Amino acid sequence: MSDVHKCDKHVLHKSRRKFLKGLAAGIGLIALPGKDASASVWEDFFQKHFRELSKDELRKTLARFEKQYSKQFGKQVTVKATPPLAGVLYGYGLDLSRCIGCRRCVYGCVGENNQSRDPQIHWIRVMQLDKEKGVDLAHAEHYYNPAQVPEKGHFYMPVQCQQCEKPPCVKVCPVQATWKENDGIVVVDYNWCIGCRYCMAACPYGARHFNWAKPALPAKEMNPVTHYLGNRPRPKGVVEKCTFCIQRTREQPGRYPACEEICPVGARKFGNLLDPESEIRYLIENKRVFIFKEDLNTQPKFYYFYAT
Amino acid sequence: MKNIWYFFKGTVVLTSKGSKAYYCWVLFLLCLMAIGAMAYFRQLDEGLIVTAMRDQVSWGFYISNFTFLVGVAAAAVLLVIPAYVYHWKPIKEIAVLGELLAVSAIVMCLLFVTVDIGHPERFWHLIPKIGLLNFPQSLLAWDVVVLNTYLALNLTIAVYILYNLYYKRQPNKNFTTPLLLFSIPSAISIHTVTAFLYNGLGARPFWNSSILVPRFLASAFCSGPAFMILIFMLVRKYTKFKIEDKAIQKVAELIAYAMFINLLLLGAELFKEYYTASVHLAPVQYLFQGLHGHSALVPWIWTAMLFNITAFVLFLVPDTRRNNVTLVIGCILVFVGVYIEKGMGLVIPGFIPDVLHEIYEYAPTGIELLLSMGIWATGLFVFTMLLRVAIPILNGDFHVADDGVGSYIGDQLFLIQHNSEDEKDSTDNPEFRHDSAE
Ligand code: SF4
Ligand code: SF4
Repeated sequence: MSDVHKCDKHVLHKSRRKFLKGLAAGIGLIALPGKDASASVWEDFFQKHFRELSKDELRKTLARFEKQYSKQFGKQVTVKATPPLAGVLYGYGLDLSRCIGCRRCVYGCVGENNQSRDPQIHWIRVMQLDKEKGVDLAHAEHYYNPAQVPEKGHFYMPVQCQQCEKPPCVKVCPVQATWKENDGIVVVDYNWCIGCRYCMAACPYGARHFNWAKPALPAKEMNPVTHYLGNRPRPKGVVEKCTFCIQRTREQPGRYPACEEICPVGARKFGNLLDPESEIRYLIENKRVFIFKEDLNTQPKFYYFYAT
Repeated sequence: MKNIWYFFKGTVVLTSKGSKAYYCWVLFLLCLMAIGAMAYFRQLDEGLIVTAMRDQVSWGFYISNFTFLVGVAAAAVLLVIPAYVYHWKPIKEIAVLGELLAVSAIVMCLLFVTVDIGHPERFWHLIPKIGLLNFPQSLLAWDVVVLNTYLALNLTIAVYILYNLYYKRQPNKNFTTPLLLFSIPSAISIHTVTAFLYNGLGARPFWNSSILVPRFLASAFCSGPAFMILIFMLVRKYTKFKIEDKAIQKVAELIAYAMFINLLLLGAELFKEYYTASVHLAPVQYLFQGLHGHSALVPWIWTAMLFNITAFVLFLVPDTRRNNVTLVIGCILVFVGVYIEKGMGLVIPGFIPDVLHEIYEYAPTGIELLLSMGIWATGLFVFTMLLRVAIPILNGDFHVADDGVGSYIGDQLFLIQHNSEDEKDSTDNPEFRHDSAE
């Protein structure tokens, strides 16, 4: 009898080991592209939430990702985790009277922030609206494609993440994978997001985008200067969004977001809302300004204005 | 401890026995499950791109099924209330079946959510302390809590009762009654929380209406009991379990009331939207009339309306309610009607038009359909297995043998063609004693 038992136990152990192996393989299949070493599969699986990492752990994690991405894209990739600057609250201004709807910002953003090229992910959506109707979404044209812009009788309204002061997307996330940083930027931890897409249902601006497939990012187009909470390469199955180019704007000296830099007509303004001397403050105080979907009380830090 | 092991062993032996029909049914379900699993592996491999969901419509068929099934699960409470609060005898015997249905439905709910998320292997992020559950901020976190509580609760009650009956003991009332009473608010809570999940989103006017919760509850009190009646009819016909007409009648009556409230609330909603005719009318228009030439859901919702109203009439008129044929037809109509209305009919218009008024028409892909079919098969498989054990126990055909170790199995076949006249001789088989000591 006892012999039988021993034998049983042995079999059980074996099968459990097999099971664990299978589980690891299964998890690897889901989490990682390609056939990476199983050690990194486990490290990815047990990766802690960004805000729970100690200084030391953060350093190691950044190094691990730098190594992983450098290998993947065949060039030196940096992954920073620059924290918010003290005394800074970012605000964005968009001059509707100037925007010509050329979509250069859309593609400038894609290049800077390493979005998937196939399927295409755009963090900025430019809508063509009727001058007669004003900001009336029911008459918005999203896929306008004339030979030349602007078209007569129309104006253009780019929409991206409004970096809400009261972001509904943050409130609904079941695992706190998305949150608002002290400088007002709403970020996503791509290694913590479970991909439930509740935040996408909650965002009133269509600002959040999901990686429905493994993002296709050609190595030579990849921007190697990245931030952990911003433009580092994303896995499939997680949500991403505009971060006001966190990898640029948080540096010192800071750089403007890619979309504001590329705009050919200077319709885009960016600055520190806490600095009374900033251009953005001047515009808010002196121009005709509105915020999008004001009634929802999301309190965007993205200001549409008419300079003329 | 030993007893639990014997009980478990006995159930395994029991579930492996049955008539040809039983084997065919189980095999059929296993095939569907295998197909579903294959579809899921494909989805894991390629990502959710294999579905028709996109950024504009970011939830689809999976979450629709989930929403509907939460309603079915919640309806178990309907059978528990009269059975235990009012000691209404005819229903008492079948309340256990209701609880087992709830368990199966919740299993399906959890599976539907699992296949919908992008990173199921990160489920541990949802576990408090180990992960970072966003409680009480996120309604999805609430849903995780209440669904799992409800599952545990129903499983505990049902297994406890069955386990005791197996050992020929009376279940201890002091243990079951508080749990049963607690299961009533839990059932309401799973459905309320699921409704709140949609309800709380200011971005989606179609869901952002204060009567969403009562509408959810009303329709759950239709679909769940309708499903129960269908199950009762099948169980009565194909197994040895007897269910009184009185019990079924009571449930049918409840459906009539619930359907009335459901239709009333829907009417109130439609009046408000159409009379106000604000920009928030668009999703309702999309659902009922089509919007800018897009009308994928229109035939479906009108089918649902027709079914619901017909069923309401069938259940209202005593003659058709008491007639078994029309009763079954009514139940099927209710089930399908609510499946459309509180499934795709509720989820999809939340996204069409989307927050920037773009219209992306959604229709599930083959993978989504196959995978969902697999999950339904899994749910039915779980339910079949649970019934396979529960029904013989309740009938006294499965209990501990005289030696206290083996089990007595009096019901070898389980699924049989059952005619009320010759029930005795056709079903009773030579007694069989399984000795687990071998
Ligand atoms: S715009 Fe959307 S994604 Fe951005 S902070 Fe507001 S709710 Fe969140
Ligand atoms: S998709 Fe990711 S970020 Fe969005 S709510 Fe779900 S877990 Fe949070």
